[in-house]
Amino acid sequence: MSGRMKGKIVSVYGSLVIAEMEDRVVQNSVGYCHRSDGTRLLSEVIRVRGQLADLQVFEETRGLKTGDEVEFRAEMLSVVLGPGLLGQVYDGLQNPLPELAQRVGYFLAPGTYVPGLSTAVTWDFTPSAKVGDSVVAGDTLGTVPEGIFTHRIMAPFAWRGRYTVERIASAGQYTIDAEIATVVDAQGERRVVTMQQTWPVKVPLNVSRRRLLPTEPLVTRVRIVDSMFPIVRGGTYCIPGPFGAGKTVLQQITSRHAEIDVVVFAACGERAGEVVETLRDFPKLIDPRTGRSLMERTIIVCNTSAMPVAAREASVYTAATLAEYYRQMGLDVLLLADSTSRWAQAMRELSGRLEEIPGEEAFPAYLESRIAAFYERAGVLELTDGQLGSLTIGGTVSPAGGNFEEPVTQGTLKVVGAFLGLSRARSDARRYPAIDPLDSWSKYRGIIEPAKVLQMRRLLAQGHEVRQMMTVVGEEGTSAEDFAIALKADFFDNCFLQQNAFDDVDGATPAERQRFVFDKALQVVELDLAGLDKTQLREVMVRAADWFRNWNYAASGSSEYDRYLHEIDRFIADRQQSTP
Amino acid sequence: MRKYYNSIRRIAGNVVTVDAQGVGYDELAVITTSRGESLAQVIGLDGHEVSLQVFAGSQGVSNNDRVRFLHRPMQVPFSENLLGRVFDGSARPRDGRVPATGTPLDIGSPVVNPIRRRMPDKMIATGIPMIDVFNSLVESQKLPIFSVAGEPYNELLARIGLQADADIIILGGMGLRHDDYLKFRDAFEQGGVLGRAILFVHTAADPVVECLMVPDLCLAVGEQFALQGKRVLVLLTDMTAFADALKEIAITMEQIPSNRGYPGDLYTQMAKRYEKAVDFDEAGSMTVLACVTMPGNDVTHPVPDNTGYITEGQFYLHNGRIEPFGSLSRLKQQVNGATRDDHRAIMDACIQLYALCRESREKRDMGFEASPWDRKLLKYGLLFEQRIMDLSINLPLTAALDRCWEILAECFEPAETGIRRAIVEKHWPYRRE
Repeated sequence: MSGRMKGKIVSVYGSLVIAEMEDRVVQNSVGYCHRSDGTRLLSEVIRVRGQLADLQVFEETRGLKTGDEVEFRAEMLSVVLGPGLLGQVYDGLQNPLPELAQRVGYFLAPGTYVPGLSTAVTWDFTPSAKVGDSVVAGDTLGTVPEGIFTHRIMAPFAWRGRYTVERIASAGQYTIDAEIATVVDAQGERRVVTMQQTWPVKVPLNVSRRRLLPTEPLVTRVRIVDSMFPIVRGGTYCIPGPFGAGKTVLQQITSRHAEIDVVVFAACGERAGEVVETLRDFPKLIDPRTGRSLMERTIIVCNTSAMPVAAREASVYTAATLAEYYRQMGLDVLLLADSTSRWAQAMRELSGRLEEIPGEEAFPAYLESRIAAFYERAGVLELTDGQLGSLTIGGTVSPAGGNFEEPVTQGTLKVVGAFLGLSRARSDARRYPAIDPLDSWSKYRGIIEPAKVLQMRRLLAQGHEVRQMMTVVGEEGTSAEDFAIALKADFFDNCFLQQNAFDDVDGATPAERQRFVFDKALQVVELDLAGLDKTQLREVMVRAADWFRNWNYAASGSSEYDRYLHEIDRFIADRQQSTP
Repeated sequence: MRKYYNSIRRIAGNVVTVDAQGVGYDELAVITTSRGESLAQVIGLDGHEVSLQVFAGSQGVSNNDRVRFLHRPMQVPFSENLLGRVFDGSARPRDGRVPATGTPLDIGSPVVNPIRRRMPDKMIATGIPMIDVFNSLVESQKLPIFSVAGEPYNELLARIGLQADADIIILGGMGLRHDDYLKFRDAFEQGGVLGRAILFVHTAADPVVECLMVPDLCLAVGEQFALQGKRVLVLLTDMTAFADALKEIAITMEQIPSNRGYPGDLYTQMAKRYEKAVDFDEAGSMTVLACVTMPGNDVTHPVPDNTGYITEGQFYLHNGRIEPFGSLSRLKQQVNGATRDDHRAIMDACIQLYALCRESREKRDMGFEASPWDRKLLKYGLLFEQRIMDLSINLPLTAALDRCWEILAECFEPAETGIRRAIVEKHWPYRRE
């Protein structure tokens, strides 16, 4: 039923084109607007009214005329899946940007499309299914090595029912479009399997037995996250924050240090410069866990802010689908979306063009359900073979004016498992990462015992209260006891929660070291400092903070590390003795 | 053969709707009225009806005036001859000289492929310590100056234009007061940079649609120079006027406003311009500095707010100084690791201490007794403001860093600064007590 549908353009308004179709028209089908100079512009049907189809064009519509032809096929916007996705840099529609650069130079000329996977590359295929095996969608037929991973060639996910393997290719070199198996279904109908398959981006890809509760902590090596507001494999989290508070830096750090198999980075409507940084840095950075370049475990999907807005809306889904594909191989995948607000704004722009009745702040009424559906694509799956795969989704939110009381932030908070709220006050004071330790929360259990986390959270809240009070009654009106609480809270903030992202050692703290430092900090915080006056208190805590900071900068196992640890231990012992 | 259309159906705001055929979206037209000729741009096609945004406004347009389509987008002639010239928002000469000639260049060119961008890594020294030390400006950066009416933002912009090391300077004035335009021109002339400068100036008296063209003209020309290997600095003032022009037109087009009357695509529209800032792989670069005036000094106003999300930081000009809080250069980390080993440490420590100083001042202002620590901070704050923050100070980077150390040493013990020992030991000026 995939006949072609044709029509002619009757209206053009920005990225919205209305075409009068000759005959049949299928909602969400994709096709092209043919510009009179021969350029084809990729478009999607987003509304049908009688014979009129409203199309969103994924390119600049400059030069389109009324009467220009459109041509559609009854297929939804899809990506191609197969070996070779890792290490790629795609635009929001899965065009590989390096290929485009080779073909069209410095600029992304409208109407140039390149397949997402190359059919020229051969892969070293090893069959794992045998003739006569019975397979269902998602079952592994064979494998190819892809960088550090064993890439599974799986039976097409769109299949329904059981199939019997009639023929399977022997081990050897194949391109992704070569036939590697033929199967027959119960009715005797024959199907050919290659190493590539397509999947519509807006449909979640989750072929599995069941979905499990996510519990295993995902270590990001950012102390305040792992220890205080943990995230888990298969969970979701969001990072709202005003501009300049460090959302993108936090995402980049996470993409580098997170203890995870595959990272898919969706740069959605953000700065091109940030993508370039990832592009240039990642190939040079070595993942200490595998000894290989970080790029080998990364896929970048970028639709920067100046790129066409309809493709921006699609880019998030493209990224999610690529991430889900690797989850199907039993891998732990992390999808970082930066920023979901730009994605929401793209929806708003398109909704405005369609003259839909606007909701709050002119966002469409379906904003919240779209956000919820996106985050629901995360999760831990028990795959058809019993193995586990997970997809964790972390999205940044860029609220207008830094005010979290806006539709995108609120819609996101309802559906995520952890909230890492960035604060302007903290970033202004250069307290990075600027995650607000009082407002943020996580529903997950992390690497530190919950009781200890709670103890520290109480201390921080008390310290904040004392500080508030001090602005009213002054330091002289504060008791030494309260003053000590404020200083201890500051100490924990300075020496544990804050982290210098640009330092090699301090920038990434492994779980083991985090636990150790946390416990040491806890010992300091639990010291009884009764009897000291305020000047003495400040002096004591400044000293402790100085050692801890230097300790944080010292590489594990170095003599410096031991020296500072020794100083800290002696300090704690001294204080413990000096109290009666 | 030239084909004219004269069945104008509607005239509303700056938009004129005419019956015509074979017209492409976003193309240019010329409308001839009793007031003369004006350019117009196709902003909508609906059957035979073509909506045109008339650059000179629709005053005096009659329903049988003539429209001719040029079948090309807005263009600007490009050549070396542009240097030293002044144009308006339709790229016509404003300096009384002959129209510019050169290769026609489409404005609003496609997006640069991120693959062909290189990592920005060249610092642009400005001689202003609050920029060089604390928020270094980097080649290819896009950076706004957030300010309010009455602050010397245009003076600051002109000073950066004069002192920064760039091959070509392009000034885009939007809604500029005529006096300010003359001041810029004079400053460039006296500073001896007019010969490598190009000015596109839309004054407050000009038609509002021309205001929208200014950034595109500047960036199209700048981009071309950058492709030829030049290092281009584009100065835009005031981007709030640009956003207001967008708002005005969106409202007349009956678009649904999203926030305070601004259109829903404000972010995209501004990003399209700012994102033109680029460091080309194997060619030149284009740096964009823009003034954004904040109505009511409100950083959450949609214009500064959206700008902040697009640009790579911002300078916050307040009370005649670049405020350390709120100011940020996102690219500084690319360059300040290679300047001097104490650059980052000084940058962090000075600002953290200055933040503490502000708290101490609040305490003092509320009448509380200052502790010895407060007194140290108060002393530090004063010295820092006088010797570093003052906008009149003109110092090379290393001298500014040395001056910071001197101030720290005058006020604090080394451990109190929070700076790592290794760095303190190397740079602390022990000679002073």
